[in-house]
Amino acid sequence: MSWLDKILPPRIRREVSGARHNVPEGLWTKCEACDEVLYAADLDRELRVCPKCGHHHRIRARARLEALLDPEGRVEIGAEVRPVDALKFKDSKRYTDRLKEATKATGESEALIVLAGRLETLPVVAACFEFEFMGGSMGSVVGERFVRGVRHAIEHRCGFVCIAASGGARMQEGVLSLMQMAKTNAALTQLAQARLPFVSVLTDPTMGGVSASFAFMGDVVVAEPGALIGFAGPRVIEQTVRQTLPEGFQRAEFLLEKGALDAIVDRRRLRPWLARTFSLLGLRPHEVA
Amino acid sequence: MKRIFLEFERSVAELEEKIGELRYAHDASAVDISEEIERLEKKAHKQLEELYARLDAWQTTQVARHPLRPYTLDYVQRIFTDFEELHGDRHFADDKAIVGGLARFDGRPCMVIGHQKGRDTKEKIARNFGMPRPEGYRKALRLMKLAEKFGLPIFTFVDTPGAYPGIDAEERGQSEAIGRNLYEMAMLRVPVVVTVIGEGGSGGALAIAVGDTVLMLQHAVYSVISPEGCASILWKSAEKAPEAAEILGITAPKLLSLGLIDGIVPEPVGGAHREPEKMAEILKGHLQQALAGLEGLAPEALVERRQQRLVSYGRFAERS
Repeated sequence: MSWLDKILPPRIRREVSGARHNVPEGLWTKCEACDEVLYAADLDRELRVCPKCGHHHRIRARARLEALLDPEGRVEIGAEVRPVDALKFKDSKRYTDRLKEATKATGESEALIVLAGRLETLPVVAACFEFEFMGGSMGSVVGERFVRGVRHAIEHRCGFVCIAASGGARMQEGVLSLMQMAKTNAALTQLAQARLPFVSVLTDPTMGGVSASFAFMGDVVVAEPGALIGFAGPRVIEQTVRQTLPEGFQRAEFLLEKGALDAIVDRRRLRPWLARTFSLLGLRPHEVA
Repeated sequence: MKRIFLEFERSVAELEEKIGELRYAHDASAVDISEEIERLEKKAHKQLEELYARLDAWQTTQVARHPLRPYTLDYVQRIFTDFEELHGDRHFADDKAIVGGLARFDGRPCMVIGHQKGRDTKEKIARNFGMPRPEGYRKALRLMKLAEKFGLPIFTFVDTPGAYPGIDAEERGQSEAIGRNLYEMAMLRVPVVVTVIGEGGSGGALAIAVGDTVLMLQHAVYSVISPEGCASILWKSAEKAPEAAEILGITAPKLLSLGLIDGIVPEPVGGAHREPEKMAEILKGHLQQALAGLEGLAPEALVERRQQRLVSYGRFAERS
């Protein structure tokens, strides 16, 4: 490591070695924000929130859902919905190859996982983005699974929670992916007509077509600390306005200040927070048959 | 008005220049060359016809962005009567990148909303090149709700490079403004007829393009990301935009085949900008037809039909 690498702040260095957290690195790991050396199992137990500085590292969708829902009675929704390459999209790689690689890397078939289950006994449907699957981008499958999740919530009188982590629409599906923005929102209007609550949780990052569709349509909208949330990416904005972006721009704390969010919720507190909110919005445990 | 030729129209440009010279010479000369002029004019027309019959996606993008292409207000003026522009979102400002107001369509009251680009430099800046900020989308929504309250059908005209990616736009909730429109438009209890007249730039276009009938002019484009943006992500070079335009599937025939639009409005030979009057007339016919198909529906049926359409968008496989 050269002297230059040593003086670079960890946040910048992270961009260079973006694949770092993909690789299981053994027992010890370092906090991306405060550089504290942590026991990996401890970090996982804390849902990948640094016990020292509170920095929220990205977390896989399954691990998050695992921590969120009661262990019994989980049912996956929409796993049968699989991607197709409607445009025969090919740049340096074929879209179909990118899909295969993403599946191999993540063990998931798409970027959204939807589970019906219970959250502190309350009936919910939880949709969670897998950012490691093509940047959590929203294509036809993400849209369809989202809609099936909402439908399930309506049929079974469940609350609906979506945890977003996405770079936006999936370019490789062209306007089909753009239309998922309208599709997901149309489903949410039906949930609203059924008077069932939708809580939207925004995590790092929530951008573009996901940010500008259902993300802010929650009855309650919250974010994780430090999450990057916005319509346009910071680089695009910088190129457009040709000025340096203000400190903390598009971070959750900034959005809270501007009135865009209801609250910022620590990941370790999300489960009880959701249970309380859903309960206050009238959700009750189902009668056990 | 002076013609502006696109790169791929060079052969036609040369012919038309020659015709111009001959006309000038014709006035001064004793020899009758009108036959020659007529012959060349036919030739130019034929060339144009052939060129425009097989435009590729990147050429189509250039036509959709043509500096003389008719904008929303050009159509409003020709298709509607009694147009009264209504301004402002009632919260922050009046965004001139979106125009809207009450008008009459065949004598019948309606609401008209559209992106608006500027013609000269000063107007371009005032209208922010047709890139709305949140207040633009909020104005549009306010006008749509007004139309709904009084049972008026809504016509929207889409023509934007995209929503404005600026600091102020983000601060005031660009995402929320676009998302809110998609959400509310899915529930509007009046007919919404959408026409993509030029550039349908991603979420910034979609935010006023959720409708019961979605039409596209023959040489308009509709895209999830600009070809330049896509190229700079995939090939790290905006110069690959022509390739990107091709693979993104942004033309009207492509979108019709994917079931994402309902109809294509043919343009005069050489594009809408060559004959704006004729273009407006053709478009009016399509709008009449679209509205006629929706007017018989009760508000509940209309909303149900629209929601069914919206949730059906997408292509995927099902595996057991």
